[in-house]
Amino acid sequence: MFMRPSFRLVPDNTRIKFMRGRIMGLVVSAVLSTASVVLFFYPGLNLGIDFSGGIVMEVRTPGPADFAQIRAALSAEHIPEQGVQQFGDPSEVLIRLGAQPTEAAVQQAVTRVRTALEKSVSGVKVLRTDAVGASVSAELFRNGLLALGISLVMILVYIWFRFEWQFAIGAVVTLVLDITKAIGFLAITRIEFDLVMVAAILTILGYSTNDKVVVYDRVRENLRKYKTLPLRDLIDLSINETLNRTLGTSMTVFLASLPLALFGGQSISGFAWVMLFGIVVGTSSSIFIAAPILLFLGENRLRREAAPAAAPAARS
Amino acid sequence: MMYFTPLKSAVILGLCALGAILCIPNLFAAPAPWLPWRQVHLGLDLRGGSYLLLEVDMKAVVKERLDSMVDGVRQALRPGSIFYQTLEAQPEQNRILLKLRDSTKLDAAMAAIRPLIAAEGSRGTPEFDMGSSPDGTIVLTLSPVAMNARARGAVQQSIEIVRRRIDETGVVDPQITQQGETRIVVQLPGISDPNRIKELLGKTAHMTFQLVEETANANAGGVPPPGVDYLPMQDNPNQKIAVRRRIDVDGGDLTDARAGTNPQTGEWVVNFTFNSIGARRFGDVTRQNVNHRFAIVLDGKVISAPVIREPITGGRGQISGNFTAASANDLAVLLRAGALPAPLTVVEERSVGPELGADSIRAGAVSLAVGFILVIGFMATFYGLFGWFANVCLVVNLVLMLGIMSLLQATLTLPGMAGILLTLGMAVDANILINERIREEQRLGRPPLSALEHGFTRAYNTIFDSNVAAFLAHVMLFIFGSGPVRGFAVTITVGIATSLFTAWMLTRLLVSRWYAARRPQLLPV
Repeated sequence: MFMRPSFRLVPDNTRIKFMRGRIMGLVVSAVLSTASVVLFFYPGLNLGIDFSGGIVMEVRTPGPADFAQIRAALSAEHIPEQGVQQFGDPSEVLIRLGAQPTEAAVQQAVTRVRTALEKSVSGVKVLRTDAVGASVSAELFRNGLLALGISLVMILVYIWFRFEWQFAIGAVVTLVLDITKAIGFLAITRIEFDLVMVAAILTILGYSTNDKVVVYDRVRENLRKYKTLPLRDLIDLSINETLNRTLGTSMTVFLASLPLALFGGQSISGFAWVMLFGIVVGTSSSIFIAAPILLFLGENRLRREAAPAAAPAARS
Repeated sequence: MMYFTPLKSAVILGLCALGAILCIPNLFAAPAPWLPWRQVHLGLDLRGGSYLLLEVDMKAVVKERLDSMVDGVRQALRPGSIFYQTLEAQPEQNRILLKLRDSTKLDAAMAAIRPLIAAEGSRGTPEFDMGSSPDGTIVLTLSPVAMNARARGAVQQSIEIVRRRIDETGVVDPQITQQGETRIVVQLPGISDPNRIKELLGKTAHMTFQLVEETANANAGGVPPPGVDYLPMQDNPNQKIAVRRRIDVDGGDLTDARAGTNPQTGEWVVNFTFNSIGARRFGDVTRQNVNHRFAIVLDGKVISAPVIREPITGGRGQISGNFTAASANDLAVLLRAGALPAPLTVVEERSVGPELGADSIRAGAVSLAVGFILVIGFMATFYGLFGWFANVCLVVNLVLMLGIMSLLQATLTLPGMAGILLTLGMAVDANILINERIREEQRLGRPPLSALEHGFTRAYNTIFDSNVAAFLAHVMLFIFGSGPVRGFAVTITVGIATSLFTAWMLTRLLVSRWYAARRPQLLPV
């Protein structure tokens, strides 16, 4: 155990012809991403209050919660709740209220829910209150999009500088496809889309870029090494050479995220599931999407410019 | 590449030890106050507490400035007998509109107003831009520069007042910071029901003393006479009192306010003391207006309007008005802390009870432990000895991350804990790249030392490129994120930096030591 590795993920010297499946990969990806875009509009994302505005209160009752009683208590005070549901434990209840017309109304609603509950449900404890006004939610949403957009642009510029423009385009197009799929996943699973999800998507972005850069790096190296090998075979070779690493790293990140999904508690498990999905998507897209795009874009160009292309890379 | 001078080895190991030392303050409280004792802070989502985001009402700031300017213009026009049809503040357009009855007096009016603008102007640029048209209209527009300066001042002042008010409530360790241009973040550890704080912050608490206009009947309705407002009573909004607009004494001149009881009636009152200016004004007004009613106005509502029995010259007074112990106390707190320059609205509230925080810590710790074991097991299984080198680096990585976060006094949130775990998962990537590369070089037929040399050098190019991209994404998250998500971005960026160090330095040092000791014929990768 302490000396030799016990297993290998993939045997050495694999010669899998990944580029044979390039059309298939792109088509499957395009279909999935298109479906995700459709899902984004219908039924749409389950926006959390960070982005929709509104109120969420998590309360704990001494015994198993009596939902009818809580609903009755709220309706007695004419509070229009949008949902009273179990949250984890049977004794924990999540109460949702929709967006309120003004900031003052949000604050009043919070106070009213609190007093209504304390009056009619004995021993109730408010564990958590989140109240977000409309102006803040719009701003949080804009900032989330901005973070995503600027990250993509920076990755594009960075890869363009360190590699060639074909690599940069390939990576960013793939990343956009990855992100749309993650959005589709969120739409299907109805996992709440909130600030933490933006963090999840940016992490997927970081992870996925990392994965693509490793494959690209090997392609760049092989371009210098095998001057006459057709690009298609060269890309296949590069993927095969990095296969153990690609799978190894995705395994470790997967293993690190898994306990978060299982034991991380309600608020973090959604994040972890999206991460797990993103790891699978990000790893497969490095092989089946980013590489084929590079092949299409670089078919003649990267080869013909082999000498000048190698020059900037040699400096790095 | 594989050779380390003793000094270099010492520096690398020293940095690791430093990381461990920096972690120590997290284990127990500071033994002596003079020791630098930097700890990682637990975020409000883990320790329980409230986060309030307050917005300073800038429209009110502008409106107040325009209103006072309208008063100034009115007074400036009076001596020259310049009459006007309209003189009104138009806060929507940030301006004041003045329409003269006699357009030939335009120049005289402008001459009268000009000193006001010059006097109020700060640092060369006038606060108002004056424009006129020949039909006798003058428009005073608040300049954007002046507006920004005023807004900045208002936010700064609000922060100060908010801090004083919160300090009065005895909350331990509150954090009050500015966010953006017009917002204030208030963090209250340990307060899971911030209702009382919100009530305290919800009042501007601008108190004024104004004379009651006895000739007007406020409850009859209709338009109040010039210079008079009909203000509602605090405890009975349907009943109104006609109050002269002129402010005789301002609450800003108070030096102290305490809740107490009236010894005769036993009811709760607020006793206050004026500074010398306030005391003099209060004395003058009460002397000239004996047997008149004097209204005490708080935020546009009349608390009480007692009749002045005798001049009050000592600078001390008493407010009574159906107070309870709590409301008298609150009013005293508000008056002591001073008035807010503009109303504050709570635009975001997040509060977490201590139970949920404890649950989150437990969930985070369990996930962290399980994830750590899984990753270590994976590396040991698939990379053997070189996997254990990676595992040593992983532990050092964790220690360094905690050390740096302690040094920065960063805040650890639940997403931050997730970030630590993810970083550990990604940190071994560097070692996987190295191990795979060394293995490849060896399979190409290189002897062990050469395989190590080439393996490390080639892997580093890849490691660097692949980490920079991820680093960029998380810096963006830190810049644009807020609250717990920022905690996540901090842990990941710190983690990327430390993993580069462990991969670049520590792994290589460990491998070179091992190689020097064993001189193996074949690397077990």
